[in-house]
Amino acid sequence: MASSISGVRRLAATGDAIRHLRRVALLVAAPMALCGCQAAVLDPQGPVGAGEKLILLDSLAIMLAIVIPVILATLGFAWWFRASNTKARYLPDWAFSGRIELVVWSIPVLVIMFLGGLTWIASHDLDPAQPVPGQGKPLEVQVVSLDWKWLFIYPDQGVASVNELVAPVGAPIHLSLTSGSVMNAFFVPQLGSMIYTMNGMVTQLYLRADKPGAYDGLSTMYSGDGFADMRFQTQAVTPAAFAAWAQGAKASGPVLDAATYTALSRPGVSAAVTYRAVDPTLFRDIVSLKQAPGPGPANAPHIPATAPRAAP
Amino acid sequence: MKLLGNLDWSAIPLDQPIPMIASGVVALGILAVLGWIVLSGRLPYLWREWITSVDHKRIGVMYCLLALVMLLRGFSDAIMMRSQQALALHSMGYLPPEHYDQVFSAHGTIMIFFVAMPFLIGLMNLVLPLQLGVRDVAFPTLNSVSFWLTATGALLVNISLVIGEFARTGWLPYPPLSELRYSPGVGVDYYLWSLQISGVGTLLTGINFVTTILKLRAPGMGYLRMPMFCWTSLASSLLIVAAFPILTATLAMLILDRYLGFHFFTNEAGGNMMMFVNLIWAWGHPEVYILILPAFGIFSEVVSTFSGKPLFGYRSMVMATMAICLLSFMVWLHHFFTMGAGADVNAFFGIMSTIIAVPTGVKVFNWLFTIYGGRVRFTSPMLWAIGFMVTFVIGGMTGVLLAIPPADFVLHNSLFLVAHFHNVIIGGVLFGAFAGYTYWFPKAFGFKLHEGLGQAAFWCWLIGFYLAFTPLYVLGLMGMTRRLQHYDVPAWQPWTWVAMAGACLILVGICCQIAQLWVSIARRESLRDVTGDPWNGRSLEWSTASPPPAFNFAILPDVHGEDAYWGMKQRALNEDAAAEPAYEAIEVPRNSPTGFVCAFFATGMGFALIWHIWWLAIAGILGAWATFVVFAWRDRTESEIPAEEVARIDRANRAARLGASTREAVT
Repeated sequence: MASSISGVRRLAATGDAIRHLRRVALLVAAPMALCGCQAAVLDPQGPVGAGEKLILLDSLAIMLAIVIPVILATLGFAWWFRASNTKARYLPDWAFSGRIELVVWSIPVLVIMFLGGLTWIASHDLDPAQPVPGQGKPLEVQVVSLDWKWLFIYPDQGVASVNELVAPVGAPIHLSLTSGSVMNAFFVPQLGSMIYTMNGMVTQLYLRADKPGAYDGLSTMYSGDGFADMRFQTQAVTPAAFAAWAQGAKASGPVLDAATYTALSRPGVSAAVTYRAVDPTLFRDIVSLKQAPGPGPANAPHIPATAPRAAP
Repeated sequence: MKLLGNLDWSAIPLDQPIPMIASGVVALGILAVLGWIVLSGRLPYLWREWITSVDHKRIGVMYCLLALVMLLRGFSDAIMMRSQQALALHSMGYLPPEHYDQVFSAHGTIMIFFVAMPFLIGLMNLVLPLQLGVRDVAFPTLNSVSFWLTATGALLVNISLVIGEFARTGWLPYPPLSELRYSPGVGVDYYLWSLQISGVGTLLTGINFVTTILKLRAPGMGYLRMPMFCWTSLASSLLIVAAFPILTATLAMLILDRYLGFHFFTNEAGGNMMMFVNLIWAWGHPEVYILILPAFGIFSEVVSTFSGKPLFGYRSMVMATMAICLLSFMVWLHHFFTMGAGADVNAFFGIMSTIIAVPTGVKVFNWLFTIYGGRVRFTSPMLWAIGFMVTFVIGGMTGVLLAIPPADFVLHNSLFLVAHFHNVIIGGVLFGAFAGYTYWFPKAFGFKLHEGLGQAAFWCWLIGFYLAFTPLYVLGLMGMTRRLQHYDVPAWQPWTWVAMAGACLILVGICCQIAQLWVSIARRESLRDVTGDPWNGRSLEWSTASPPPAFNFAILPDVHGEDAYWGMKQRALNEDAAAEPAYEAIEVPRNSPTGFVCAFFATGMGFALIWHIWWLAIAGILGAWATFVVFAWRDRTESEIPAEEVARIDRANRAARLGASTREAVT
C-alpha cells in the first residue's frame, strides 16, 4: 500500500501549479487552522488518513482552479453588463458560438477526465479492505456495534473492551466489523476510512496509527436514541505498553461469554470496560446470528436514560 | 377487536410542552382561518373556485401555498436542531433524544417531499401549459387528485405531531432500525403511509406532465422550440415516472415487514438491509435531479429574460439536461461507498458521479454567456439567479469531492455532507423556487410582489445561508457527524453558534417574505400589471392576460421559433398590431370534487392503517374506489365558454396591452 499511496502522490503532484493550488485549497478548507481548532480529518495520524487528506486537497485544488474563475466571471459579467452601464456592448441576438460551446464542453470534460483517473487509482489504493504495511504482525480486532456502545474483541490476546480501542503504534490494525443490532459506521477521523457495520455481515478495514495518542472515534451512522453516546477512544500506545495493557486486561474484569454479551446487547450506554477472557466463537456467533440480534426497545424492560458524559 | 385499533389517549403527548404548544398554535391558526372563511361566507367560493378546481393555474397556486406553509413547519424544525446543537455541549440541551430524533427526521422528510417537491410541481403546473401555448394539462382531474393526495401526505405528517409520534429514523428509514423490533412505535408508519399516499400523487403528476409535453403543444411548438423550463420539466417528469415506482415498491416492502412479518430487510430469516439502501437510493439519487432540473429551467428563463437576450447555447442546454436525466440513474451507489463494496465498484460509481458535473458545468457556462452582452436588470428573480450561480458551483464542487470514494471515506455522513446537500438544495432548488415565485407571481395574480422586501429577503437568505452552512463544512472536517443530539468536543461549539446565527438570519429572510406577500396584497392596486407582460418576457405565458383567463389563450398561438412571444413582439413592431382574430367558443374541463373526496378517503385510510383501525382502512379504500368509479361514469366532462364571452375577455386584454404600449411609445 505504501507504494500505491506514493503512486497517488506522484499522480497528484505532477506540477508546481498543483502544489500552489493545494496551498489555496488548504486555505479554503481549513479556516479553523487559523484559530487553532481541532481539524481531525485534516490532521491525520496514519497512512490511510494521510492518503485521504491528500486526495481531498488535491481534488479541491483542481476544482478550485475552475470554480474561482467562474464565480468571479459571474459577478464580473453581471456587474459589467448591468442595464445602466452605457459602455457595455448589448448583443440582443447573440445566442450561439461554436467555439465557445467547444470550450464550454471541453473544460469540464478535461477536468473530470483528470479527476476520474485520480478517482480510479485512489479508490484502489485506499480501499478499506486493502492491507496496510507496518511493523510486525497486524493486530486483529473484531468490532461489534451494539445499542449504543462499541465492543472490541482482541482474539489473539483473548481479551475484549467496550468503548476503548487500544492498539500499538506503527503496527497495522486489521478490523473485522459487524453489528449486534442496527447499522452503524465505525470511524476514527484522525486515522481515516469509516465503514458500515451490519448485522449478519462482516466488513473489513485496515488502519494504522503512527503517533502515540488518544484519538476520538464515533459512530457516523445514526442508530437510534443513544446514538450520540456511541463515542469511543482509540489509544495508540507503544508496543510494550500495548502488551502491558493486554496483560492488565487479562488480570481483572468479567468474562465475556454468551450471557454477558446478551446483557451488554440490551439498549443503553456504557462506560469503558475490559473483559479478562472472551468466548473465542463469540464474534462468529454474532455474525451467524446464533447470538440473537439486540432486542431493541420493545423487549427491553426499560430504556436506560442516555446521559451525557461529564466534562473531562 | 378494538374500535380504534392501537389508538388511545396515551398517543397524545400531553406531558410534552413543545409539541403540544406548537400543535395548539397551529390548530388555533387553522380553526381561525376556517372560522373566518365560513363566517364571511367564502366557503362556497372556496369550494367552487379552488377546492374542486381542475384548472392547472389554480392547482399550481395551491401547490405553492402548501409548500410555503410546510416550509414554515420544516424551518421551525431546523431552528430547533440548530439551537439544540448550539446548547448541547456536555449537556442534553432542551430536546431529549426521542424528540430530537423526530425533529431531524421530520425536517428532512418535510423539506424534500412537502416543500421542494410541491413548490416545483406547483410552478410547473402554473407555467407549463402556458409556455406550451395550450389550455390545460393532459388530465386535469387527475392533476387535482395528485395535489390532494400530496396534501394528504402533508396532513398525516402534521397529525403525527399531536397523535403519536413521527419516525425517529432519519428522513430515509434505514432498516433494521426502521423495522418493528427497533422502531416499535407508529412513527415509521406515519412516514411510510404519508409517503406512499403522496408518492402516488407525485407519480400521477409525472405521467400527466410527460403526456402534456409530448402530446399537447401549440401549433408550431416543436421540441426544439420549447422554452428551457419545459425541457427541464420534461426531464424531471420522466425521472418521476421512472423513479417513484422504486420508492413505492421499497416502502411497500418495509410495510410488509412491519405489518405482516415479512423479512425483506430484517436481520433474521434472510432479510438484507443493504437491499433497502440500494433500492432507496436508486430512487433517491434521481430524486435529487427531479428537484434540481426544474430549478435549472427556472434560472434559464430568468437569466435570459433579465439579460434581455435569448438563452445562450440552447441546444447545448437541451443536451445537457437530457444527459443529466440519463446519468442520474447511474450514480446512486455514491450514497454508500462506505458499505464495503470493492474498489472497482466504488471507483466506477465515483467516476460516473463526477461525470454528471460535465453537463452541469456546461449549464453554468451557458448562463454565464447568456449574461455576457446582455442588459442585466437586477430585479429580485435575477438576484436569486446570480446568488444561485455563485452558491451552486461551490455546492457542486463539494459534491464532486464527496463523489471521490477515498474523500468520502472521511466525509460521509459528516456535517460536511449535510452542508453539501443544503448547499445544492437551498442554493439550487430553493433559490430556484423563490426566483420562479417572484418571477411568475404577477402572471398568477395580476400584480407584482413588493420589490424592496423581495431584495431584503434575498440578502438575508443568501448571507444567512453562508453563515449557517460554512460552519457545517468546517465541523465536518473536524469530525463532527450528523444527527448528534449532544456532544463533548468543546471546539465544535463556537461553530454551532455561528450556524445558529445563520439560521436566525434566514428566519429574518422568511419574515421579509411573509411581509412581502402581505404588503403586496395590500398594495396590489399600485403593483398592478395590466399588460400581462411585466418583465418584457420572451415565452408564451407572457402573451396572455395576468391572471390568465380559464382558457389561457383566446386563440392558440402559432409558434415560429424559439422565444415564441419575443418573436411575436418583434413582428408586431414591424407589422403594426395584428387584426382582431375570429373568436370561437372554447371548451374547458368541468370542476370536479374527485380529488378532494379521494384525498378525504385516503386520509382516513392512511390514519387507520397507521393505528391498525382496520374497519376504517377498509372504508377508506372502498370510499376512494367508489369516488373513482363515480368519476369514471361521468357523462359531462367539459363546459363551454361561448364565443362572445371569449371575445369580451380577450378584447379587454388586448385593449390593456395596446394602451400600455401606446403609453410607452408616448413616453
